[in-house]
Amino acid sequence: MTSSAQPPGAHLPEHPDFLWDDPEPKSSYDVVVVGGGGHGLATAYYLAKVHGITNVAVLEKGWLAGGNMARNTTIIRSNYLWDESSGIYEHSLKLWEGLEDDLGYPILFDQRGVLNLAHSLQDVRDSVRRVNANRLNGIDAEWVDPAGVKEICPIVNTSPDVRYPVLGATYQPRAGIAKHDYVAWGYARAAHAMGVDLIQNCEVTGLETSGGRITAVETSRGRIAAGKVALCAAGHSSVLAKMVGLRLPLASHPLQALVSELLEPVHPTVVMSNAVHVYVSQAHKGELVMGAGIDSYNGYGQRGSFHIIEQQMSAALELFPVFARAHLLRTWAGIVDVSPDASPIVGLTPVGGLYLNCGWGTGGFKATPGVGDCFAHTIAHDKPHPFNEPFTLERFTTGALVDEHGAAAVAH
Amino acid sequence: MQLIPCPWCGPREEAEFHYGGQAHVAYPEDPAALTDEQWAQYVFFRENPSGPFAERWSHHAGCRRWFNAVRDTRTHDLLAVYRVGEPMPEVTA
Repeated sequence: MTSSAQPPGAHLPEHPDFLWDDPEPKSSYDVVVVGGGGHGLATAYYLAKVHGITNVAVLEKGWLAGGNMARNTTIIRSNYLWDESSGIYEHSLKLWEGLEDDLGYPILFDQRGVLNLAHSLQDVRDSVRRVNANRLNGIDAEWVDPAGVKEICPIVNTSPDVRYPVLGATYQPRAGIAKHDYVAWGYARAAHAMGVDLIQNCEVTGLETSGGRITAVETSRGRIAAGKVALCAAGHSSVLAKMVGLRLPLASHPLQALVSELLEPVHPTVVMSNAVHVYVSQAHKGELVMGAGIDSYNGYGQRGSFHIIEQQMSAALELFPVFARAHLLRTWAGIVDVSPDASPIVGLTPVGGLYLNCGWGTGGFKATPGVGDCFAHTIAHDKPHPFNEPFTLERFTTGALVDEHGAAAVAH
Repeated sequence: MQLIPCPWCGPREEAEFHYGGQAHVAYPEDPAALTDEQWAQYVFFRENPSGPFAERWSHHAGCRRWFNAVRDTRTHDLLAVYRVGEPMPEVTA
């Protein structure tokens, strides 16, 4: 066997046995981060690294990165429409580009590009507008016709005789994928090395306030006093915020994804289609990784309905006839916190010392480094970073929404 | 596939239904009198509980009528269904 015919995954790095400790919680921390997923771990990392705040605990009710961080489809891109979104997502993409060196840990970040397909005249108009908006914001983007789509991804069916023909696509060459678990482990390891306590099996059951200021968190492992508390709980954000009487404009929905068995490399890029509800890439190891639109109902059960998978598979097969013989290996769901304008909520709350990072809905993974950096800044300075300043809770009252339903690319 | 008990048609497959979000959210009697904060609450803010949730469904591929249900959002168990205009029944999750 030649080296070019290695089995899938043979080039992956060896993994060390031990990356972080499993400490008992201390009675008090300067900052308690609630949620040990990507956003929580990244926030703790940048608090320690950029702001020198190391008396920090990350509390996770299950195991580190076992929620949406383990369930997403790992797509990274920054081709959003509005200036506000371009700011934070492009900041994030730039951090992704240096993250492996920054963390000293392999994350298999692979800039293989993303195609966002257009299937109708309105799609085409919206897509071209988005390309122009991206370019004005210094983000790499181009409009490609069906022949261009075929050139970038030869397995896409661009013939005109399908139900929703491909009329073209936006293409962002710097977009790509990363190995989600390695990203979480890289952040956890680096945060731990700077003194952050990563505490698993520790569910927050109450938030204690005094005089309009947060003072402690009640947990399944006892009371922990906290100077500041930062919520990074994605689908469970509403439940936590309610502990201090704060209502959030969020709905928690199941979002499903699936993988095929391991296949030879057939899919060189990432393909997303808003109109037919599917997005596909091929993981380094060889699985086809696909995501669907959200299940319509609210749900905290981390599972969705099978007809959503059926719909997603029919769309995938129409676009990629070559997938017809691939076997479905497993499906799962995460709980996504969907906001009314498909943009996140990151910033201060009416409670002093309590900070909110939620509403990322179906697209939080790509933002992991960017929001970790900006949220840490927000916590350290008690003031939003310029990149998350537009994403306040107040915008739902003032009307300054950031409507990203087009570029968010997953049906809400 | 999950079966949803339509109060008129009986149990039918979930794919016959459309979801309508939280039930019992009344249109404000005098919208012009609301503050921005109150209007925002009406337009954008809904309950999002982990547990029993009163919500609206439409049997769009059947009788095409709207009805209400109490469903546990953790298990997706339908604890009760009731017709529009009826009060929310007591349920135990």
